[in-house]
Amino acid sequence: MKPELDEDALIGALSTGEVEPEGLVAGPAPALATLPPPRGFELTPKSPAASAADGEVLEVAMGPHHPSTHGVFRMDVVLDGERVLRLKPVFGYLHRNHEKIAERTTYLASMPYTDRLDYFCSLTNNWAYALAVERLAGIGVPERAEYLRVITAELTRLLNHSCLIGFLLHDMGTMGTPLMYAFREREKILDLFEALTGARMMCNYMRFGGCRVDAPAGWLDQVRQVVDDFPRFLEEFENLITTNEILLARSQGVGVLPAALAISASVTGPMLRASGVDYDLRKVDGYGFYPRFEFRVPLGDHGDVYDRYMVRVLEMRESLHILHQALRDIPDGPVLDPKAKLRNFRPKPGEAYGRLEAPKGELGFYLISDGGPNPYRYRVRPPSLINLTILEDMCRGHTVADAVVILGSVDIVLGEVDR
Amino acid sequence: MSLLGVGLLKGMVETARNFVGSYHDPSRLTTVQYPEERLAPKENARNFPFLVYDGADSERGLRCVACKICEKECPPQCIYIVLERDAKGKPQKHPKVFDIDISVCMSCQICVEVCPFDAIKMDTEFELSRADRFGGLLLRKPDLAKPNVHYHRLHPTEAAEVDARLAAEQAKAAAKAKPASPPPPKPAAPTIAPAA
Repeated sequence: MKPELDEDALIGALSTGEVEPEGLVAGPAPALATLPPPRGFELTPKSPAASAADGEVLEVAMGPHHPSTHGVFRMDVVLDGERVLRLKPVFGYLHRNHEKIAERTTYLASMPYTDRLDYFCSLTNNWAYALAVERLAGIGVPERAEYLRVITAELTRLLNHSCLIGFLLHDMGTMGTPLMYAFREREKILDLFEALTGARMMCNYMRFGGCRVDAPAGWLDQVRQVVDDFPRFLEEFENLITTNEILLARSQGVGVLPAALAISASVTGPMLRASGVDYDLRKVDGYGFYPRFEFRVPLGDHGDVYDRYMVRVLEMRESLHILHQALRDIPDGPVLDPKAKLRNFRPKPGEAYGRLEAPKGELGFYLISDGGPNPYRYRVRPPSLINLTILEDMCRGHTVADAVVILGSVDIVLGEVDR
Repeated sequence: MSLLGVGLLKGMVETARNFVGSYHDPSRLTTVQYPEERLAPKENARNFPFLVYDGADSERGLRCVACKICEKECPPQCIYIVLERDAKGKPQKHPKVFDIDISVCMSCQICVEVCPFDAIKMDTEFELSRADRFGGLLLRKPDLAKPNVHYHRLHPTEAAEVDARLAAEQAKAAAKAKPASPPPPKPAAPTIAPAA
C-alpha cells in the first residue's frame, strides 16, 4: 500500500525549503519529483513575485459559498500572508447542461432557457439567440420590433450596470447603501419589463422575426418617465461615490489589465474598453438599428478597477442617449414578421453565429442546423466566463480584499459562467 | 486633487438627503408593505397556466380538445394530457387527464402561444405556498379549470381580442357549414361583460 501524503503540510514545507519527507510520510520517502502537485497547482512558482514568498504559503478555497463570489464560484488562492500568489478560478457548480438541453428541444423551446443564462439581462440573451436563429433561417424583423429590441436592451444595460456598480461597492464594504439605491432604480425598470413582457426577470420576450407582443398602451410614456428620471439617480450615485477617497484608494491601480493581455485573452465588453481598446459590437457589427443612433463609446486609460467602474457609469449615460433617440423615432406597425413560424420551425441546413454587445461583453450563439426541428449544435459564447479566465493575472500580487474587488469588477453572473 | 475628505463628505450629504427624502419624497418612498398593501396588478403579468372554460360547466365547457400541442412544445415538459375516449375507443376531443406540475413549470407562456384553441392562458396567482411540496403543486384538471370571466378579469384587453376572434371564427364556420347539412355547432364563446 502506498503511504498517504499530507499534502497541505508538504506544500508549506516545500516552499520554505525545509523538506523533510521522513517526518511527513510513513515508510520510505518518495522522490520529490514524483509527488502529485496539490489540487492542480504546480509546485514551481509561475512568476518571480510568487517566489518571493517568505514564510509559509497558505492555500485557501474561497468559495463556493463565500459571500464575495457572487454565486457558487470558487477561487483556490495561494496566499503569502495577505498577498495572493496564485489564484485558480473553479467553475461549474451551477452547470445545468443548457447547451445540450437546447440541442434536444425545438428552437423555440430554448428561448426561455436563454433567460436563465445571465438572469440579470434576460432580454439581451433573448435578442442574441433570436439574432442567431434569424441569421440561420433568414428571417427579417419589422421596424417597430427592432426599436423595441433596442429599447429593452438599453434598459437592460442600465439595469445591469447600476446593479453591478452596487455589487462592486458592496464588495468594497459600503454596507449596501449604493446597492440599495441601485436596486431602487432596478425596480422601476423591472416594473417596465413586467408591464411589457409579463415577467420581471425571465422575460422570454423575443421571437424569431420580432417580439412576442406589442408594447401596451402607455408603456412608451412610462419608459420616457423612467429615462427622464434616471440622470438624477446617476448624479446622486456619482456624488455619493465617484470622488470618494476610499473608493479611489481601493480601486485605482488595482487589478490592472493591460490592453495587449485583454485582447489576447479575448476579453470583451466594459472590461476591454476600460483597458483602452475601442471595441463595441454596437459600432463594430452594427446589428439591429444601432447604426441609426448616435452614441459614443467610453474608453478607459489604465484598465484598473476604477476605470471599469467609470466606463460603466459613462455607458449608462450613453444608453440614456440611445433611449431618448429610440423613443423619439419608434414607428407604428407590426412587431412580428408574418412569415415567422412558431411551430414546425425547421431552418435549412447551415450554420450561423449571432452576437451582440450584452452588458457584460460579447454574447454569441453559434448554431448548426441539419434541417431538423432542433439545432444540431448549439453553443453559447458567454462573456462573463471568458472575462473571468484572466482573473489570476489581475489578482496576482494584490491582497485578498483586492481580489474580491477585482472579481466584482469583472461582472460575472454564475448562471452564464456555468450554463 | 481636491482636499482629502471632501468626496467622503459629499457622499455623506447625499446619504442624508436620501434618508430625509425617504420620509416625504414620493420617488424615494418605494417600499410597499406587502401583505397589507399590494402593488396594482399588471395586465400582462403571468405566472402559471390555467384552462379556460365557457359557460358554467367546468368539465364540458373546457375549450381544450386534448390535441397535446402544448404538451409537446412545453420546454420543461411539465404538462401531462390523456385524451378521453368513449366506450368504443373513439376520441372525444376532450382531456380525460390534464395535469400541470407547477413546481416544474417555468412560466414561459409557450403553451399559451402555441394553443390553436385559446384554451390555455396564464394566471397571475402567485401566493402558492403549500404544505405538500409535490402533490400540492401538481395541479389537476379541476384546479386548472377557470371560467372565461376569470380570464377577463386578469387580462381584459387580451380576453376581449380572443373572444372577438373566436366569435368571428364561429361565424365563418357557421356560414361555411350552412349549405351542407350543418353539424351541431360548438357552444358559442359567451358574451361576457368585461369586469370593471
